[in-house]
Amino acid sequence: MKFNAKVTVRLKKGLLDPQGTAIGGALKSLGYSQVKEVKVGKFIEVIIDAKNKAEAGKKVEEMCKKLLANPVIEVYSYEIEEV
Amino acid sequence: MRFGVVTFPGSNCDYDCYNVVKRVLKEPVDFIWHAETKLDHFDCIILPGGFSYGDYLRTGAIAHFANIMGDIKEFAQKGRGLVIGICNGFQILTEAGLLPGALQRNKSLKFICKNVHLRCENNKTPFTAKMKKGQVVRIPVAHGEGNYTADKATLAELKKNKQIIFTYCDEKGRVTDEANPNGSMLNIAGICNKKHNVLGMMPHPERCSEVILGGIDGKFILDSIKKGL
Repeated sequence: MKFNAKVTVRLKKGLLDPQGTAIGGALKSLGYSQVKEVKVGKFIEVIIDAKNKAEAGKKVEEMCKKLLANPVIEVYSYEIEEV
Repeated sequence: MRFGVVTFPGSNCDYDCYNVVKRVLKEPVDFIWHAETKLDHFDCIILPGGFSYGDYLRTGAIAHFANIMGDIKEFAQKGRGLVIGICNGFQILTEAGLLPGALQRNKSLKFICKNVHLRCENNKTPFTAKMKKGQVVRIPVAHGEGNYTADKATLAELKKNKQIIFTYCDEKGRVTDEANPNGSMLNIAGICNKKHNVLGMMPHPERCSEVILGGIDGKFILDSIKKGL
């Protein structure tokens, strides 16, 4: 079976996010004075072969820990759906 | 004493490092291709600057899985010799877990390429043995992701173990916010591991070790390594 894992990687809370700050500033200069904060993360899709959803999840969890996120500065979450 | 300079796809300071060891330090040096699996006999490994694997995902994130990194980790952890990571090399060392913390995007979001002043915070390491504590040197930086970040516990640990080796300062040696080019916590420009045999630094000593290049302060670090080996 084939699965699509949609992985979101975010900066840990409290860390400086200069890209988010710059985008927030740009939105405000466009007139969106309601904008309080902008944060930038990464969205990664991994298409993976696995016997079932649980197995796919196990592999994706490993991938996040090993490579997709850096635990020093980032947190990750993912959703897996069959394709 | 033998030096090895690792070349990853996208390294672009490997020849500068090779050149400075061979022609300025006058020590034997070889290139090490990233796909090799075993290091020959080396006393000092240099991970050079550049954009290994295009900096994709995160700087250094993919390079740290290169074949040669397995033996470099062992080399570092068993104390078989010294490892110095410069710029992208520093990023690789943090991703590999050989040095604590991480290097984030510069606070200004700009790629910064200029001379900066550094203060030597610890001269009791093989990388700084020919320097004085508090000595100020002028060395160029060239990076977009040099903003050193770590949690409070890690910063406390770095201080306690005297692992902070270089901080960004002004020309008089004052460690100020104005002298911090990239937003690094505690103005950190370079740190080493607990054993003091692995150094990571964002500035480029190999770019300022010959008069023709406009500065020779990088030689303090190179000469220290030579002395220590």
